[in-house]
Amino acid sequence: MSAMLVVLRKEVRESLRDRRVLLNALLLGPLLMPVLFVVLIRMMVGSEIEKAEKPLPVVVIGAENAPNLVEALRQQGMKPVYTVVDDVEAAVRNQRIDLALRIDADFARDFRSGRPAQVEIFYDSSRREVESEHMRLESMVHQVSRQTGILRLLARGIAPTITPAVLVAGRDQATSRARGAQIFLMLPYFLALTALLGGMWLAIDSTSGERERQSIEPLLACPAGRGDVVAGKLLATSIFSLASLLLGLLAFLGAGYLLPRVAPEAAMAISPGFLLTALPVMLPLVVLVSSLQILVASFARSFREAQTYLGIIQLLPIIPSVLIMANPVKEQWWMYTVPIFGQQISLLRLMRGEPVPLDAMAASAIATLAVSWILFRLTVRAFRSERFAATSG
Amino acid sequence: MIRAHDLWKAFGRRQAVAGVSFEAQDGRITGILGPNGAGKTTTLRMLYTLLQPDRGTVEIDGIDAAEDPIGVRRRLGVLPDARGLYQRLTARENIEYFGRLQGLDEATLRERTDRWIREMGMESIAGRRVLGFSQGERVKTALARAMVHEPRNVVLDEPGNGLDVMTLRGLRDTLRRLRDDGRCVLLSTHIMQEVAALCEHIVIISEGRVVAAGDADALRERAGEENLEDAFVRIIGASALGAAP
Repeated sequence: MSAMLVVLRKEVRESLRDRRVLLNALLLGPLLMPVLFVVLIRMMVGSEIEKAEKPLPVVVIGAENAPNLVEALRQQGMKPVYTVVDDVEAAVRNQRIDLALRIDADFARDFRSGRPAQVEIFYDSSRREVESEHMRLESMVHQVSRQTGILRLLARGIAPTITPAVLVAGRDQATSRARGAQIFLMLPYFLALTALLGGMWLAIDSTSGERERQSIEPLLACPAGRGDVVAGKLLATSIFSLASLLLGLLAFLGAGYLLPRVAPEAAMAISPGFLLTALPVMLPLVVLVSSLQILVASFARSFREAQTYLGIIQLLPIIPSVLIMANPVKEQWWMYTVPIFGQQISLLRLMRGEPVPLDAMAASAIATLAVSWILFRLTVRAFRSERFAATSG
Repeated sequence: MIRAHDLWKAFGRRQAVAGVSFEAQDGRITGILGPNGAGKTTTLRMLYTLLQPDRGTVEIDGIDAAEDPIGVRRRLGVLPDARGLYQRLTARENIEYFGRLQGLDEATLRERTDRWIREMGMESIAGRRVLGFSQGERVKTALARAMVHEPRNVVLDEPGNGLDVMTLRGLRDTLRRLRDDGRCVLLSTHIMQEVAALCEHIVIISEGRVVAAGDADALRERAGEENLEDAFVRIIGASALGAAP
């Protein structure tokens, strides 16, 4: 058995006996994000539906000026509330009232004489939670206004079809799967983070952990080559990272199935087919994040120090995600050659149901593995340095 | 056979070792004696190629450590000061890990592991994880681990540290057995009684230099003291004052 396999076997065996590793790599890491996801989306979608069906309470001022209007709005789903308010503007500003409708004293006169009769809606646009209610109320008023307009035209013997001069019909070309993918915009980041977290404990334990416990000294006094030792540790870390990623993907698949009632498209974006294509895309990334963590952890002298460094690394994969969200550009070929970024745009494509071109996928894999190789060589160099092994004395 | 010739090593501006030479022969227990910070650990680390000397050469069984560090590591069994065992592995697994890293095949590995577990009298703890081990059990495990590839030379850094009297006696017997097998045993210590009880050849190091060498009688004679401890104190004291002992 080569020294690399000996080291690999020992690191895996030792980690499987560590409850912290198991908890972090195989339970918390892969499951936390999908669970959070399901809960968040359920809350979002659920509350929208709930709101859309419930009667909308609105404080109505001057209802006596237009009882018919209020009745028409009630049929549209408004629930008039007759609270006595002195200063409606202040009340809305102080958030004592979410939404108010004021009807002018002149309303009835204007309405009867066929002039546009005015109502006012008081709302606070800086409060996002009442924005949808404001829109709903406005569309109710428009609806009543349109219906009245049609009746007026009919009464004058004019066909009501004459008023809409131009009719717009939107034809959305997004597949329902691509719409589902919108929900999972953050998924590539979550998956990269899962891969990072999966290998983190082993990366620390097998480098700075060995230095802290000073077991590195007898290890390096063995005839096994430093390259073999590092390669074994890197492979072990990658295996845990991959296991974590696999579990994470499966958990997201499960999340997709839990969501269909509220978001049917979500299940389409994350399908078993997506899982199969996402794996080869993510494999080089697993090696990259593992070698990066091993390298950085090798420079730390203690477990705690390494944890601090690796905490910073965990922010790395969020950069491409934020870039994509803040500035959605059309993907260019070169983007695939940027490690982490390449994998993230590949995943977004796959979720939309579009295959990643083979040459782009190859370029992404080669670039990522090349960087991993450099990181690996740097780690071997660190293992060769005297300060690495001689931790005390 | 371990030969150190004119070893020098500095860490930054601190000269840890400044011209150490000695020879540790086969079938003999050689002790490096010196106060804390004298450069013992640094010297030993140069022997097992963890550190590279700034100057000077190390030869193990005639092999130059600078030219063939891997060959040197094959011929050495090392017991570092910190022991450095893996807590979540059993004693047996610790021993087997190093046997495999030394390149033993599985059949030989099993035979050797069994043998050294027996040799150290640790059959009852071999299957237990190291986590709850006492200092004595740790030393036994680490020593069995260092011996699993049957090296001709054994280097031990402060092997007696933290051991109670009974364990210490057991350790001494083990080291004598290693010597009687014809091995070269080299240990470092800052405790007088340890060298007095064990070593045929003593090298006294102070401030990175060899200040005296010889057997216990020669050292007593040299310092003009009846008691070995007095001789040690006298020799170290003289070197600290800068005078030739």
